[in-house]
Amino acid sequence: MQRATLDLWVGLFVLAGIGALMILSLKVGNLDTYNGSGTYVIKGNFENIGGLKIRAPVKSSGVVVGRVADIRFSTKTYDAIVTMNIEQRYQFPKDTFASILTSGLLGEQYIGLDAGGDEAMLKEGDTIMKTNSAMVLEEMIGRFLFDKASEDDAF
Amino acid sequence: MMTAETLVEISDLNFSYDTRAILNGVNMTMKRGQVIAIMGGSGSGKTTLLKLIGGEVTPSSGYVKVSGQIIHELNRDALFAMRRKMGMLFQFGALFTDLSVFDNVAFQMREHSDLPESMIRDLVLMKLHAVGLRGAHRLMPAQLSGGMSRRVALARSIALDPMLMMFDEPFTGLDPISLSVIGSLIRRLTDALEMTSVIVTHDVQESLSIVDYVYFIADGVIAAHGTPEEVKVSKAPFVHQFVHGETDGPVPFHYPAQTYLKDLQLEKTVA
Amino acid sequence: MPKRIIAGIQKIGHRTIEGIRRLGHATLFFLLVLLKSGTSLQRFNLVVRELYYVGVLSLIIIVVSGLFVGMVLGLQGYETLQKYGSESAVGTLVALSLVRELGPVVAALLFASRAGSAITAEIGLMKATEQLSAMGMMAVDPVARVVAPRFWAGVISMPLLAAIFSVMGVFGGYLVAVVFIGVDAGSFWSQMQSNVDFRIDILNGFIKSCFFGVAVTAIAVFEGYDSPPTAEGVSGATTRTVVTSSLAILGLDFILTAFMFRGL
Repeated sequence: MQRATLDLWVGLFVLAGIGALMILSLKVGNLDTYNGSGTYVIKGNFENIGGLKIRAPVKSSGVVVGRVADIRFSTKTYDAIVTMNIEQRYQFPKDTFASILTSGLLGEQYIGLDAGGDEAMLKEGDTIMKTNSAMVLEEMIGRFLFDKASEDDAF
Repeated sequence: MMTAETLVEISDLNFSYDTRAILNGVNMTMKRGQVIAIMGGSGSGKTTLLKLIGGEVTPSSGYVKVSGQIIHELNRDALFAMRRKMGMLFQFGALFTDLSVFDNVAFQMREHSDLPESMIRDLVLMKLHAVGLRGAHRLMPAQLSGGMSRRVALARSIALDPMLMMFDEPFTGLDPISLSVIGSLIRRLTDALEMTSVIVTHDVQESLSIVDYVYFIADGVIAAHGTPEEVKVSKAPFVHQFVHGETDGPVPFHYPAQTYLKDLQLEKTVA
Repeated sequence: MPKRIIAGIQKIGHRTIEGIRRLGHATLFFLLVLLKSGTSLQRFNLVVRELYYVGVLSLIIIVVSGLFVGMVLGLQGYETLQKYGSESAVGTLVALSLVRELGPVVAALLFASRAGSAITAEIGLMKATEQLSAMGMMAVDPVARVVAPRFWAGVISMPLLAAIFSVMGVFGGYLVAVVFIGVDAGSFWSQMQSNVDFRIDILNGFIKSCFFGVAVTAIAVFEGYDSPPTAEGVSGATTRTVVTSSLAILGLDFILTAFMFRGL
């Protein structure tokens, strides 16, 4: 085989391999959310985080704007402190509302941010004041049955 | 020629695989410009002797000295430096099957020198011309006949103008024409390049016509030696049997066994 | 009878000693190859040449198998997931299985039988036809000139082939689930992206395939270099390469998975 042909094929092979790695990282995986624009950290205290996991998405209007970086339990306030990395390009007002939501009935849990109307924006290290805990299925069912029971009593 | 300097000196050489003795006290001297044949039956340790000269294996005792240096005492770099001055033609050529004829001959020049490609080209074509295969330089080894590939291998092994050439069974499996072509090439190249050639062979007629000196090896020892003229008229039983190709003699026809009658159970055996 | 038992025990002992001796030889040979890799790096065109035979020629089998494995995953995944009404998760299923496990492992198994066996056969034949001895007699070290370039070509090819396999698999899954069955393309990709993590899944899969590349090629070059110089010897060594490296891949996969995903 001619040297030039061989070099060409090997070059194509290596490019295809690197291309495949790029596709895996960007299209299949989530390297694009690790983009160079950087992130800033905000925190939120939740009474109950349900099944929230580290690296769960943080969404606003359904768009992924960041990820959960850390989850801790505070013995001072007896609630969970969730640290989120939010992309620099997305800024949120101070009075943004954070709730833990579930995608679909059995889907994974994520944090939803609902922007408020404050002029001041959240800065690095700020804590979101308004939070809404995760819906726990047992509690929901319990409340539902309780409501039903009291409805029946009314008759 | 008899006054020429000694190139290879083999002294009291012993070699054994595990416990099996292959060579047992071999002494030889080879002078510059000579073609020397080492003959003997199959499995008599001839090829091992070449490996000892090339430093591929280490002797149990004794030594091989090539141009004043004891081969098995050389370190790796010195041994490789020594091997650049040696050439070896393997039994079936051992051409690199993934390289063309041209690249095979150019192999050593490219590995060991920084010669420009144009000069390598000229040198390769010269070497191929010497073996009559200049026209075949584009072919791959698979396209060559047995005789041709051995000639290419010969061109490859003389690529760096060695002082010592070793030939491992160069005549095996060749037709009579290729056989005498290889034979005369060995003689002509030895004279032209002023090297020493050692041929390990059991082809008596061809080698006796081109060599200067013959050693016979049997059972790991030198059974006889002499010039071709002395050998042809030798009355020594082993040499006589070998040169004339007789089936029985000092080298027996039968492999050692118990008596024939016993094997056929015609004789009472002790249980 | 006791004689036979003793003979049996001796046989076991002999096998064990022989196995350990070979393992030791293989380890030493591996270190020798690493030690003599300087030539390959200085004259990289030697490696490029082997990249063609080891990598480029393995492409077809990798691409085709990847595509089919992905298509089967898509089909099976859809069949199962639609029972729970979460067929949009089929993208996640296909991508995670490929990137974490099937990509590196199946690509390595295919690589062992395609390229590993070829390396063993080639080196074994070069030994059997005295080409390696001839090279040594020409003062060229066969380990540096023949073995090391093949080893590095294998090590470089393996992660690239595994990545190509995974991408083809994801594409195959996309073909079946989205194009043929009609799962929504948007949710296929977005579910996949939100569940496949770059560091945990893709990077770890990549690291796995690097390990497999080293293991398969090291076994292949050792078996070739160590094979008896006969036709039976070479064919036996080729078989051993495929068997040993397949077992090594699966064993290594378990160990690596345990470390990566369980943090043992």
